Amino acid sequence: MIDFLKRFSRNRGALIGALILITVVLLAVFAPLIYPDSPWKMVQRPFLPPFSTEGLPLGTDTLGRDVAAGLVYGARVSLIVGLVSTLVALLIGVPLGAFAGFYGGLIDDGAMRFTEFFQTIPNFALAIVLVAILEPTLPTITLAIAIVSWPPVARLVRAEVLSLRKREFVEAARLAGLSNTRILFGHVLPNAMSPIIVMASLMVATAILLESSLSFLGLGDPNIMSWGYMIGAARTVIRSAWWLSFIPGVAILLTVLALNLIGEGLNDALNPRLARKGR
Amino acid sequence: MTLAAAIFGRAAKAVTTLLLIVILNFFLIHAAPGDPAMVMAGEAGAADEQFIQQLREQFGLDQPLYVQFWNYVSGVVQLDLGYSYRQQMPVLDLILDRLPATLLLTMTAFGMSLLLGIVFGMAAAARQGKWGDTAITSMALLFYATPLFWVALMAVVLFSVKLGWFPAFGYESVGAEFTGLDMVLDRLKHLFLPALTLGLFFMAIYVRMTRSSVLEVSQMDFVKTARAKGLAEGTIRRRHILRNALLPVVTLAGLQAGQLVGGAVLTETVFAWPGIGRLMFESLTARDYNTLLGVFLVSAAMVIAFNIITDIVYRLIDPRI
Repeated sequence: MIDFLKRFSRNRGALIGALILITVVLLAVFAPLIYPDSPWKMVQRPFLPPFSTEGLPLGTDTLGRDVAAGLVYGARVSLIVGLVSTLVALLIGVPLGAFAGFYGGLIDDGAMRFTEFFQTIPNFALAIVLVAILEPTLPTITLAIAIVSWPPVARLVRAEVLSLRKREFVEAARLAGLSNTRILFGHVLPNAMSPIIVMASLMVATAILLESSLSFLGLGDPNIMSWGYMIGAARTVIRSAWWLSFIPGVAILLTVLALNLIGEGLNDALNPRLARKGR
Repeated sequence: MTLAAAIFGRAAKAVTTLLLIVILNFFLIHAAPGDPAMVMAGEAGAADEQFIQQLREQFGLDQPLYVQFWNYVSGVVQLDLGYSYRQQMPVLDLILDRLPATLLLTMTAFGMSLLLGIVFGMAAAARQGKWGDTAITSMALLFYATPLFWVALMAVVLFSVKLGWFPAFGYESVGAEFTGLDMVLDRLKHLFLPALTLGLFFMAIYVRMTRSSVLEVSQMDFVKTARAKGLAEGTIRRRHILRNALLPVVTLAGLQAGQLVGGAVLTETVFAWPGIGRLMFESLTARDYNTLLGVFLVSAAMVIAFNIITDIVYRLIDPRI
C-alpha cells in the first residue's frame, strides 16, 4: 500500500488530479451546509456578473439563481451518476467477460456477440433514446449510461481472464479440488483487478461527460440542478452572458480532467513494469 | 478468407444487427409511458377518448402484440419507418432530407481529426520527453476532458460573437443567394466551426493513439536493423515506422466513427446544423418517438456501413489479413 502511494504520488499530474477531485467531493458532500437554500431559489436580480455582488461570488443566472450554489449542487449529480453508473456497468461487464473468458466455447461466442451488438450501436444515441423513452429521472439516466458503458469492461475482463486461466496458480487451484466458480472469483479475477480499476476510473470521467451532455439536451432530471442543465439553460443568452455557460463547463472540464489524470496515475502505479512505456 | 467472402460475412452480420435494433425499437415504443395512440393524439393536438380509440384501430394497436410486432418489423424492412405527426411527413423522407448535412459534417470532422491527430501524434513521438511532447500530450489530455457541446458554445462566443470570423449557426447564409465559388466558400465557412469542435475530442484520442503506436513500433527489431544499415532517420521514420504505426490507428479510428455520429447530435444542436442529429434533438423536445427511433436506426446503420468500409480499406492496405 505504501509502495503504491509512493508510485502514485511520483506522478505529478495524478497528484493534481487527486487534489481537484477531493475538492469537488468535499464541495458536493457539504453542499447543504454551504448553501442551505435550494439551488433553484431566486436570490437576487438576474444576470449579475461574477465578482460584482457581495455574497454571490459567481453572480446570478437568467432567473436570478445563485450560480455558485448551482455549481456545488451540480457536483453531487455528476459524482453520483458517474460513480453509480460505473458500478452498474462493472456489475454487468465483469461477470459477462469473466464467464466468457473462463468457459470459452459457446458461452464465449454468445457473450461476445451480445457485447459486439452493444458496441456497434452509437452509444450516445442509445443513451438519448433510453432516457427519452423511460422519462428522465436520476435512476433512468444512471441506468442508461451504465447500459452504454459496459461493453469495453466485458472485453477487457475477458482478455485478462483468457490470459490468466492457463497459468500455474490456476492449475494448482484446480488440483486442490476447488470449484470453477471459486477458481474464477477467488483466484483469477483478483489477479485481473488492476486494469479493471484503471478502466473504472476513466469510465467515471466518461460517465460524467455523458450525464452533462444528456442534461444539456434537456434530458436531465427536472428536479435536480446539474452542470449540463446550467449550460443548456444559459445557451439562449450566450451572446449577452457567455459566462453563464462558461463557468459550469469549466467545472465539468476540471472534474473530468482530474479523473483522467488519476486514471493515468493509477495505471503507472498498478502496472509499474508497463509505466512510461507506451503512452 | 477472400475479400468477397469477408464482405459477405460482414454484410450478413450487419443485417442481423439492424434487425436486432428494430426489435429493440419496437419494445422501446411499448415501454414508453402511455400507449403510442395517446402519444400520437398528443402530437396531433387532440385527446378525446373516441379519437384515441380510432387511432388505435387505424394503426392496429388494438391487435395482439405479436401481430403488431410483425407489422412493425415488416414495415421497417420495406423502409417504412412510420409517420411523424409533428412534422406531417413520413419519417424516412425527413431523415433522407437531413442525411447529407450530417454525412458532410461527420466526414469532415473525421478527416480533420484523423489528419491533425496523426500529425500531432507523430510530432509528439519524435520529441519524446521534451517540452514539445509535453505540450502536445497536455493539449490532447485537455481536449479529451472537454465536453463537446461546451467547446462548441465557447467557439461560438469567441469566433462568431467576439471576433466575427465565422457564422454562429446554419449551413448557408440566409437570403444571400450565392452561386458558384461564393456558395462553396459560404458553405465552408459555415462548416468550419461545427466540424472543428466535433473533431477536437476525437483528435485528442488519435494523438494519443498515434504517439503510443509510433513509440511502440520504434522499439521493434526491424527499425533497429534499418538504423544499423545506416538509413537516414527521415527515411526510417517515413517508410518503416509510419507505415506500421498507422495501421492500428486507422482501424481503431474507423471503429470509433459511431461516437462521431452521437457527438453530431450535440454539435448540430448548438450550431443549428440541419442534419439528423438536430432532427433527433427536435424529436426529443416534441416527444416524436417515431422520428426519434428512426434516427436511432439510421445512425446505427451509418456506423455499420462505416465499419464495413474500414474493414475493406484495412484488408486492401494490409495484405497479411
